Amino acid sequence: MKLRLRLVSLSAPLIALMLAVSLTSLILLGIGKDPIETFRMMFEYGSTGKSIVSVLNRTTPLYISAVAVAVGFKMGLFNIGVEGQYLLGALLAAAIGTSFAISRPIHIFFIMLIAVVASSLWAAIAGYLKVYKGIHEVISTIMLNYIGTGLIAYLLSNIFFDKDEKNAIPQTVELPESGRLPALNNLFGIEDLPNLHGFLPITILLGLIYYLLIWKTTLGYDLRVTGANPIAARFSGVDPKRLTIIAMIISGGFAGLVGMGPLLGYFHQYTIDFPPGLGFAGIGVALLGRNHPVGMFLGAILFGFLERSAQILDLRGVPKEIETMMSAFILLIVVVFYEIIRRYILTQQIKDASKKIGEN
Amino acid sequence: MDDLINFFKKKYVIIAPLLIIIFIAQNEQYSQLTSSGTFGSALRLSIPILLAGLGGLFSERTGVVNIGLEGMMIMGTWFGAWGGFMYGPWGGVLFGLIGGGLFGLIHAIATVSFQVDHIVSGVAINILAVGAARFFNILAFDGIAFASSTASPRIEGEVGKFNLPFLTGGTLNGNETSNILGDLENANIFLISDISGLLVGLTSNISYFTIIALLLVPISVYVLWRTPIGLQMRSVGEYPSGSESLGVNVYLMKYIGVIISGCLAGLAGAYLVLEGPNVYLQGQTGGRGFIGLASLLFGNYRPLGVLMGAGLFGFADALQLRSEEAIHGLLIAVALFLFVLTINNLSKRNFKVSTGTFITGLFFLVWYLNSTSVPIQFIYFTPHLTTLVVLSFSKQKFRMPKKVGVAYKKGELN
Repeated sequence: MKLRLRLVSLSAPLIALMLAVSLTSLILLGIGKDPIETFRMMFEYGSTGKSIVSVLNRTTPLYISAVAVAVGFKMGLFNIGVEGQYLLGALLAAAIGTSFAISRPIHIFFIMLIAVVASSLWAAIAGYLKVYKGIHEVISTIMLNYIGTGLIAYLLSNIFFDKDEKNAIPQTVELPESGRLPALNNLFGIEDLPNLHGFLPITILLGLIYYLLIWKTTLGYDLRVTGANPIAARFSGVDPKRLTIIAMIISGGFAGLVGMGPLLGYFHQYTIDFPPGLGFAGIGVALLGRNHPVGMFLGAILFGFLERSAQILDLRGVPKEIETMMSAFILLIVVVFYEIIRRYILTQQIKDASKKIGEN
Repeated sequence: MDDLINFFKKKYVIIAPLLIIIFIAQNEQYSQLTSSGTFGSALRLSIPILLAGLGGLFSERTGVVNIGLEGMMIMGTWFGAWGGFMYGPWGGVLFGLIGGGLFGLIHAIATVSFQVDHIVSGVAINILAVGAARFFNILAFDGIAFASSTASPRIEGEVGKFNLPFLTGGTLNGNETSNILGDLENANIFLISDISGLLVGLTSNISYFTIIALLLVPISVYVLWRTPIGLQMRSVGEYPSGSESLGVNVYLMKYIGVIISGCLAGLAGAYLVLEGPNVYLQGQTGGRGFIGLASLLFGNYRPLGVLMGAGLFGFADALQLRSEEAIHGLLIAVALFLFVLTINNLSKRNFKVSTGTFITGLFFLVWYLNSTSVPIQFIYFTPHLTTLVVLSFSKQKFRMPKKVGVAYKKGELN
């Protein structure tokens, strides 16, 4: 693609951001708050050292969740079930991970493996139902989310409940020291700030793996071709049924790692307070970042930043839910603009091509 | 007689579970399975699913996939509660409809005018709706007693209710009449009492809102299949460029379909509020918009089919609320039904499937024999599990609109 068109395609998220800010400002004006002052407060609070660490900690699970969704999106498969998949994976990993203690790297590897296997199996159900029963994955993954939530509640309060202590709320046994990821503060010389959780390097590695998988392997090529043109893919020898199930399993595998940052980094056990909603938030990040490893990273940071910086608003008399509205506006506007710009680029390319043909 | 056997053979997937459930309900412990109370709440819980399903019907018939039904329903719950709080229950109905319709309009703008992928837009709408409902709630009910960030204050009053005269003891000109069906239900006669239970549940203490919702089924049939505009709407879902060449305004038809879809989903939300706890609660919809969509698939994109699907899912939902014992009875019902499937597959020499159903049936039988109740956490997802199981057992002979989910741009050939 030409540089000019590349720049045009990058403008979509910026336009969306600006429009979302204007819309949010209008709402703020409507409820009698000063928008400029509000955004200034958010930015000021969001850019303190404490907040930056917090934003990074929020970004890591959000990014992995987006990657999980993006694997499906690449072939036109909508895995809305990342939510249930990562929670189930995290519970099983937390519960089984306490039952043994070995040296730290191996222990952590096994805990992650349990989560990946559990989540990808749960996701595979949706793949199976789509391929062999013709149930659209959006419906099946949503239903599996509810079933998963019930299953988690049952397992947590009946099977994995740590009853030794007088625990008021259902929770698993805490992971032994060897199953915990240390914080990274020493590495960056920021001992005075809150803990920067240790999953950050793994997250970056996962982004790299995602990139290599989608753009540098045959499987990734098949996924992309199927997403772009299913009929062409079938003629090139892709088995759509097999690919659907594989994509669902890989997507679920990434989903399994979503909960690992919180689990290994600071929760060290699964409780009913284990952070929910990351799966749904990841869908938004994947849409915003257009399934691109760098785009999604920026998207995750943006949403992480908005969420963190909005924490100050309630204290200053502005409802902090304005941030959820703003995120949703960004999302809705950005999908519209991506489509407009996609069509614009398409016509430009056709024009360029016909011009070239004319020159020859 | 042969006709009867043939009929049974064809429809055994529906008849066998019904007979099994009626049979099990003869046991005192499981009588809740066919009590009028269960059917009454089944009806009340079916209506939101029905309305959402009809909403999906209007949208998908014009070729637009509407995953955003859940979000539109959430808007219906909030606007329904707000309208109800400000202007009384009927105000709630009206505002629920408007709130859902507004989000329908957003979906229409994104998918029809800008040709955004339908599922992407729907997902974005669901995310927007959760945030918007919460935001509106904080804004509108700030400082009002009993309101919080996740709940609205209580709505005073309710939509009127009535009983049918003569059959279920309704009043006629101010006079009490007999309650024939109620008496039959209490008489405990095999089958007759069960059917009376069903009829009592469906005809007593019915609100006018329920009647309106049920009337929307024949109205949908009439509008979509008997009026020119209905024909135009359906043609747009089947063959948009052909319709356009005949002078149909494709975009307008799609807009109408999607906005009606939003309005109906909004009504579904308002119904959840007004016929339920009388307050808006965050997360109240609980995936019912998606279950509505599932009932649309189950009903093969037809209003009567949607009604049947909604009834089935509503029944599963009702059991969840009514009795843990009844759900335990369902275990043996599931086991027996799986054995019926086993026999049927054996007679067709389909050994692989019959082994699968037999083992699963055995699993349910063992579970039934070794327990006295089903864990409460499992009961919570009964409707969702039922949805998946029913969809996987119903034959995939769906006849969906040809161009559903395909973006259409004016003047393009597709």
